[in-house]
Amino acid sequence: MADALTHSATMVGRSVRLSSRNPDAVITALALPVLLMLVFVYLFGGAIDTGGGYGRYVDYVAPGVLVLCAGFGAGTTAMSVADDMKGAVIDRFRSLDVGGTAVLAGHVAASVARNLAATVLVFGVAFAIGFRPDAGVGGWLASAGILLAVITAISWVAAAVGLLANSPEAAGGFTFFLAFLPYPSSAFVPVDSMPGWLHGFAEHQPLTPVIESLRGLLLGESVGSSPWEALAWCAALTAASVAAAAALFRRRMT
Amino acid sequence: MPQPIRPAVEAAGLTKAYGGTKVLDGVGLSVPPGTVYALLGPNGAGKTTTVRILATLLRADAGTASVAGFDVVAERSQVRRAISLTGQYAALDEQQTGAENLRMVARLTGLSRPAAARRAAELLERFGLAGDAADRRVGTYSGGMRRRLDLAAGLVGDPSVIFLDEPTTGLDPRSRQAVWDEVRSLADAGVTVFLTTQYLEEADRLADRIALLDGGRLVAEGTAAELKQQVSAERLDLTLVSPEAYEKAAHALDHLAVRRDPGTRTLGVTTDGRAAHIRDLLDAIDPDRTQIERFAVHSATLDDVFLKVTRDG
Repeated sequence: MADALTHSATMVGRSVRLSSRNPDAVITALALPVLLMLVFVYLFGGAIDTGGGYGRYVDYVAPGVLVLCAGFGAGTTAMSVADDMKGAVIDRFRSLDVGGTAVLAGHVAASVARNLAATVLVFGVAFAIGFRPDAGVGGWLASAGILLAVITAISWVAAAVGLLANSPEAAGGFTFFLAFLPYPSSAFVPVDSMPGWLHGFAEHQPLTPVIESLRGLLLGESVGSSPWEALAWCAALTAASVAAAAALFRRRMT
Repeated sequence: MPQPIRPAVEAAGLTKAYGGTKVLDGVGLSVPPGTVYALLGPNGAGKTTTVRILATLLRADAGTASVAGFDVVAERSQVRRAISLTGQYAALDEQQTGAENLRMVARLTGLSRPAAARRAAELLERFGLAGDAADRRVGTYSGGMRRRLDLAAGLVGDPSVIFLDEPTTGLDPRSRQAVWDEVRSLADAGVTVFLTTQYLEEADRLADRIALLDGGRLVAEGTAAELKQQVSAERLDLTLVSPEAYEKAAHALDHLAVRRDPGTRTLGVTTDGRAAHIRDLLDAIDPDRTQIERFAVHSATLDDVFLKVTRDG
């Protein structure tokens, strides 16, 4: 047990160091979210009517962009896991009896760190272009907790995808579905504006409660049970991905 | 009665197939502790597969193996604590510095942070990577430096058995010499070294015992001297004056020719390298002294050894 903790801590240090020295990962993690924010607010925002309640599109869209960024960040995570698996260094870890969970925990921690940095940056840009949340301390803390949960869940899904793929390129490709998942939800446009057959999916997919609760909490509106739904989804996705990743790691390594 | 010494590495009947292709076909071997053992063979002979099975990274389809007294399947963790593996490709992070890589490995072997830093510094010094090199990213290292750092990373946990998979492939002569010196000093310190190589010279210089692996089977095993008795250590290459002369000589020599190259009209014959033997061979093949244009004596290559061993087997 002590071993497992030291191993995980060491792997976290490694992945964070490697990630901070990989300019591609840093740029993808930081620049892309900001660009997405600007694209949605200035290019699409003028044409989108979110109906009533939201004075400015930036207020409506900010939570969606935050979740979208986590989806894009997953590509980097999946690729770095896949890259590790084909390298010789993984043999060194295995011959040191380092478990797959520790190796992946390192990647996930680095992924969470990248995404949190991006989240802070996106909030900053959002403020600069007029985002005016109306949350109290409780609302902010709850929002931070939900963001952390969704980023962790998406990072673990990405790590499992990285193990499933046979090459870093394929891993990057597989994560596109994560990057597109926020679109059929209430992230960017109200679900009512979508065709009827899509409503069922858009209203019940995991990211909808996440986005609804972030938006509600930040704008100081009532959120009902959606934060609990969001956390339940994140916990379930994380648990399933951790289990899948452990099994995939064992399968890859025999 | 003296207790028999338990072998440091022991394997019996190791078999491994990928798809329908048999990579290992019943490999058995035994390595006494504190000795250097070389597994010698061409590409694709199954050397890496053997090492990966012994180092617990791969499971054999059949057969048993134990390392440092522990079963490689049932007691995998104990085996892993006792060994280290340095593969053909440097198992290091390019984006970390040499010192960071070693500290990381030291932490993974269970050393505390300060102890890991001390161990890393010690190994960097020992492998000539202290100072400037220690704080440079491995991505900027030369091939020789990488291999030294890789070797150092394998020694962090003070293993009693070290597996080196083609430790000098692709190295320049000076780096190769440095690796050889290190292997010898490890053996002097009582560590068991199990290495694979495609170079006869390397096995000859380093190993107490050599096993020849070909097509997934051990075709010969013994000390360098024992093996050399089985194969002639030298080869006489004869270049004939014309294609007709080549055909005639090739026919006359029949299976004695270990090398045939019609393009350059060259035939290779094994010899022990003595002048008298070479003179006899030349006279026997070309009594009129008109058919052979040139000759050259080569040290036997691994190919010759294999041709000989597989032909006799």
